[in-house]
Amino acid sequence: MKVNRIMSWFDERLPITATIERHLTKYPAPINMNIWYLAGALMIVVLVIQLLSGIWLLMNYEPTAEGAFASIQYIMRDVEYGWMIRYMHTTGASAFFALIYLHMFRGMMYGSYQKPRELLWVVGWLTYLLLCMLGFTGYVLPWGQMSFWAAQVIMSLFGSIPFIGEELLTWIRGDYLISGITLNRLFALHVVLLPLALIAVIFVHILALHEVGSNNPDGVDVKKFKDEDGVPLDTKPFFPYDITHDLYAIGVFLIFFCFIMFFYPDGGGYVIEYVNYEAANNLKTPDHIVPSWYYTPYYAMLRAITFPIFGLSAKFLGFVVMAAGIAIFVALPWLDRSPVKSIRYKGVYSRFFLVLFVASFLILGYLGSVSSTPLRTFLAQIFTVTYFSYFLLMPIYSKYEKCKPVPDRVKLS
Amino acid sequence: MVQPKSPPNPGRRKFLINATTVVGAGAIAGAAVPFLGSWNPSAKAEAAGAPAKADISKLTPGEMIVVEWRGMPIYVVRHSEESLALINENLSRLSDPDSLNDQQPEYAKNNLRARKKGISVLSAVCTHLGCAPKFYPQLGTTEFDSNWQGGFFCPCHGSKFDLAGRVYAGVPAPDNLPVPPHYYESETILVIGEDGEAT
Repeated sequence: MKVNRIMSWFDERLPITATIERHLTKYPAPINMNIWYLAGALMIVVLVIQLLSGIWLLMNYEPTAEGAFASIQYIMRDVEYGWMIRYMHTTGASAFFALIYLHMFRGMMYGSYQKPRELLWVVGWLTYLLLCMLGFTGYVLPWGQMSFWAAQVIMSLFGSIPFIGEELLTWIRGDYLISGITLNRLFALHVVLLPLALIAVIFVHILALHEVGSNNPDGVDVKKFKDEDGVPLDTKPFFPYDITHDLYAIGVFLIFFCFIMFFYPDGGGYVIEYVNYEAANNLKTPDHIVPSWYYTPYYAMLRAITFPIFGLSAKFLGFVVMAAGIAIFVALPWLDRSPVKSIRYKGVYSRFFLVLFVASFLILGYLGSVSSTPLRTFLAQIFTVTYFSYFLLMPIYSKYEKCKPVPDRVKLS
Repeated sequence: MVQPKSPPNPGRRKFLINATTVVGAGAIAGAAVPFLGSWNPSAKAEAAGAPAKADISKLTPGEMIVVEWRGMPIYVVRHSEESLALINENLSRLSDPDSLNDQQPEYAKNNLRARKKGISVLSAVCTHLGCAPKFYPQLGTTEFDSNWQGGFFCPCHGSKFDLAGRVYAGVPAPDNLPVPPHYYESETILVIGEDGEAT
């Protein structure tokens, strides 16, 4: 066969077939994977959407304080399909966060961070951190009122660090207030450094996944029972079994995606905030500053700290609590002392705290999206505590609860 | 070639490895300097920090103007007789009524935080997270305070300041609004950004 001869010519010089088989077509996926396992594949689709639409936006965007806002209007009105490419990018940003939150929740639910997937989890958290930075830097680029003041508020957080804060802040901004200089450096980070880092980290994430193998809803080790070829019994090859699921999911996902992109691009003020339709004005703060929806839980934590402790200002402590709320996920593999992985076999406390965590996250998300009142601040304080209790009490409740027996092999319901 | 089990001169090898590591680390640190340094404010940004002048002859009592200095809004308020009489009646609600924290030049360290009686020059960058507080000169009930004595309210996170820029207690902002360096070139010309001669 001619094709085979050509292919083997390549394979002798570059391991094309072997790589495709190892990482794609013959990758053993557990047979009991469910809908929660789709978010990862969907994020690869969103990554491609973001890279493509981002590069195309770049062809007409002008990264200067004078030209940025006008160039967005130019893209929206005068560039052919410019509106669509921009809405693709803004919708993609929200979709990325929605999917990564689902993906993280899946990992927490099925204990996917437990041994031997600790590094997989940590690397995955790095992609989340990079996404947060990408979201923030990208939000500043249209140079609307919310862009400007969000940058001002978020960067000012660094100014709260004792002793070095003020100098650090000036260094980060490159100016004495947010200015075109700041815009230019955030632009460079958003379009070059952070995407490069994101792609590299996602590559490492997938590499680590393919080394340890996928977890599954039962949290059992599928590698324990293998057939005579060394293929785990409770798995199926990615092609054609998994790819068909994923393709179907991608189809459904794209329907939702297009619905928002075409009919609801500002998402009721959540995907694109209305204040950002006004050009940046360094002398006037908008009446109501809200971050994009995907940061609101952490914004609520920031605002919840209204009292100084041990001579540290409330402002600095708020920053610390917010950063800790994002960073604490890293510690999860070492906080969980449970002998079982999946929530299906964990005890009642683990279930309770997981529900409490999700509720806290959602309620904080709501509180961070509305203006603060004394009652709301009090609620934010309560739910900040419950948010952290999921993590900080985990070494206790996961160790002393009664778990159900875990089957040897996966169960198909 | 077969590697000898223990290479000769282990001490020298170790020294060479360590020396190379140290030199390499030094080179990386040195190479980082231009990259980190280039994030400092450029000469142009520093030049834009030059003093700003404002004509205050048309500023009537109770009014405020916004002057831009270093890209920051600077509020210049001429107080009315009425608010001047009230300005130090409210000290118990303030967090730093005597301006002990270093948020003003020496010449503004008085009970009006002003170089010239009746005129406040304040940096309108909230000491919480940098929003521009709004000017609410009216007295009485406002949407955020039931007994408002006039001053500034930050819409972002609800910090309150009195007319002299002093922060209220129990709000997120930790400090009084800074008084930028300024002096009066004449009766009507205010210069922001320089201390001028001592008076």
